Amino acid sequence: MITRFYSSNKALQISLFYLMITRLATSLIAEDWLGFRGSRGDGVSTDTSVPHRLDSQSILWSVNLPGRGLSSPVIVGDRLFVTASSGARLDRLHVLCFNISDGSLRWERQFWATGRTMTHEKISPAAPTPVSDGKTLFALFSSNDCIALDLEGNLLWFRGLGRDYVNASNSLGMSSSLVFADGVLVTQVENDSESFTAGLDAQTGLNRWKLDRPKRANWTSPTVYRERSGQVRILLQSFQGVTAVDPASGRILWNYSEGASTVPSAIWSDGRLYLPSNGLTVLELSPDGSVPKQVWRSAQLRPGTPSPVVLGGRVYSLNDGGILTCGDGSDGKRLWQLRIKGPFSATPISAGGRLYCVNEVGLVQVVDPSQNEGTVTSELALGQTVIGTPSISTGSLFVRSDGMLWRIGTPSTR
Amino acid sequence: MTVASFWLLSALALGLQSATLAATPPSLKASLKSLRSVGPEGLGNELAKSAWRRVASVEARSLPLVLESMDGANDYALNWLRSAVDAIAQRETLSGRPLPVEALHRFLRDRNHHPRARRLAFELIRSVQPEMARSLLPEFLDDPAPELRRDAVQQKCDAAEAKVVLDKSIAVVEYRKALAFAREADQLDSIAKKLKELGSPVNLSRTFGWVTAWKLIGPFDNTTGVGFTRPYPPETSLDLSSEFDGKTGRIKWAPYETTDDYGMVNFNAPLGTLKGVVGYAAAEFWSKSARPVQIRLGSQNGWKVWVNGKPTFGRDEYHRASEIDQYRMPVMLVPGRNLILVKCLQNEQTEDWAAEWQFQLRVTDEQGTPLLSSQ
Repeated sequence: MITRFYSSNKALQISLFYLMITRLATSLIAEDWLGFRGSRGDGVSTDTSVPHRLDSQSILWSVNLPGRGLSSPVIVGDRLFVTASSGARLDRLHVLCFNISDGSLRWERQFWATGRTMTHEKISPAAPTPVSDGKTLFALFSSNDCIALDLEGNLLWFRGLGRDYVNASNSLGMSSSLVFADGVLVTQVENDSESFTAGLDAQTGLNRWKLDRPKRANWTSPTVYRERSGQVRILLQSFQGVTAVDPASGRILWNYSEGASTVPSAIWSDGRLYLPSNGLTVLELSPDGSVPKQVWRSAQLRPGTPSPVVLGGRVYSLNDGGILTCGDGSDGKRLWQLRIKGPFSATPISAGGRLYCVNEVGLVQVVDPSQNEGTVTSELALGQTVIGTPSISTGSLFVRSDGMLWRIGTPSTR
Repeated sequence: MTVASFWLLSALALGLQSATLAATPPSLKASLKSLRSVGPEGLGNELAKSAWRRVASVEARSLPLVLESMDGANDYALNWLRSAVDAIAQRETLSGRPLPVEALHRFLRDRNHHPRARRLAFELIRSVQPEMARSLLPEFLDDPAPELRRDAVQQKCDAAEAKVVLDKSIAVVEYRKALAFAREADQLDSIAKKLKELGSPVNLSRTFGWVTAWKLIGPFDNTTGVGFTRPYPPETSLDLSSEFDGKTGRIKWAPYETTDDYGMVNFNAPLGTLKGVVGYAAAEFWSKSARPVQIRLGSQNGWKVWVNGKPTFGRDEYHRASEIDQYRMPVMLVPGRNLILVKCLQNEQTEDWAAEWQFQLRVTDEQGTPLLSSQ
């Protein structure tokens, strides 16, 4: 009896030990995905447990969403946040929080748009991806309504930037995602008319600064980078080029004036900026914060709507039709091209050395880019229109359409 | 809206609150006041943050009070209040506590309450008693709350559609009833198309209530966009018999009548397909009384609008997109003759899809009921 108790107690201790180890391992592996293209803004996850082979069993759960949207899911711990818009005029704005484990809804908050909600039919007001600092969720909509909620859904502040600045709108819709740096939320509200970028105090939502910006529609998102000194900087991309801004003060640090795309966004990787400009232009960011120098430029690596991805010293550009081009990150030389099934709006993201590309008809294509030529290793059809960029966390890919949200992973990680 | 007028309106709205709210417990009343005090550029956000938590923590039976506090609230405050309602309802429902359906129904039936608050009350009822909510819809056919009215019209359309196979004539009657109550442009359009399919077409232009009789003048110069801020003579002294020096020579006002189903006033038709130009359109609108109305305009050109010489709004965006009722501007009509002036600007884009130089305009009440000139 005593022996049996001891044995069972020991078994319990061992079980608890393994549970703790498993939890620890999961917490080490699981990486939050805090904004558009993840927490570092490069679209690359360190999570190595995302499956490379996908089939219908890979869909761990799916849930209906109450409205349309193309913003990426944001993941903090065991919670997933996503935005949507509904109603005849798409003026009902939703912020939803789901449990990652089973897709159950934790809470939902709705708001009425205070700015214009008209968009091109392909998109909708829930286009910008929210951002989180791990404690607060900041959500922005095409109506330029900006909302701060804590992770339990308590409203912290509300800004109606489209109401405050009445000509700040784009009749095709706005999609610039939020970024967070130095306690400031950067909202890029750039359009043909009342065009600006504002730094909002993350605690109160009040303007810390507001910069007039070029009067031209702009769907790109700001890029955050860190100088060697440790200073965090914001890069604002527009048709004119790139402007570097101190997020705390809004002070302009330098301008790159050779033009840039207004659709795909730049990416910062290993001290270099991969900028959709005259094809693709790579700039070496100066350690002292002065104007960057061009390293190379390639017309062959011009991205379409999806933003480029940098992985293992190589850069990948995907055009709208589905031509994936791989270039050498050191000199821009084109290494290979692969035709995958398009059309595309979503930016590819990466985990475990693979690229995950989701086309507009909801086909997830896994590309192994490690060989001399890229290879599609697996496909999974979701059967719905997908415009938004997916997210990665907890060994899973999270994809949303206008009506659904999917968790795609290995069944054992459920 | 100026900051002064914003606060004046807010103060008036606060003063107009009903006696029911006056009976609210002091702590909740103070918190609701904080939420109602938020304003432009984040004004009041800091106080509202803690007030929101207090409001969101009240029991379900207080939901009608929170909804009532939306009466007269500005659009910023409405969002603070509605998200608190969400939080209360979700928490109470998850906890298995009932929502006060009867009180919510009383609130819903009182059309003096804010249209959005009433819609929210309806959705709360629907969340727990969907059949009851469905049975309430017919009474909203003429409701001032746009979303309630829309759902009621849709229910009417669904009923009409169900009759199409059995008896087209009944379906036509039902669709015509639905059309009479519809106010939103997409519903009007889809019902009109359905009636046309059923062999009973409607006058679409009159259904929407476009302003169709105009006088046009142009072109003035808009090279490099200079025309948006440049006040050409029609803006400074509107004399429809005058002649001016335009971009290409002497120009004068000429009558223009649009027969387009969607009311488009197309400057390219009388003036030619021009680039970098400004045109003006003027129309008389007669009203039997002084009354608030909305000027509703759609255009993918740059534009400005004046009513009786007062500027209402303007926008310098070109060739992105347009839709019916794209811009809604509240104005006050005077009894008798009112003069609407539209400045419509064309830029210098050369793409085929950038050829349009046009706008559509109608006058409606707040709910979207088209108003026609009384003369």
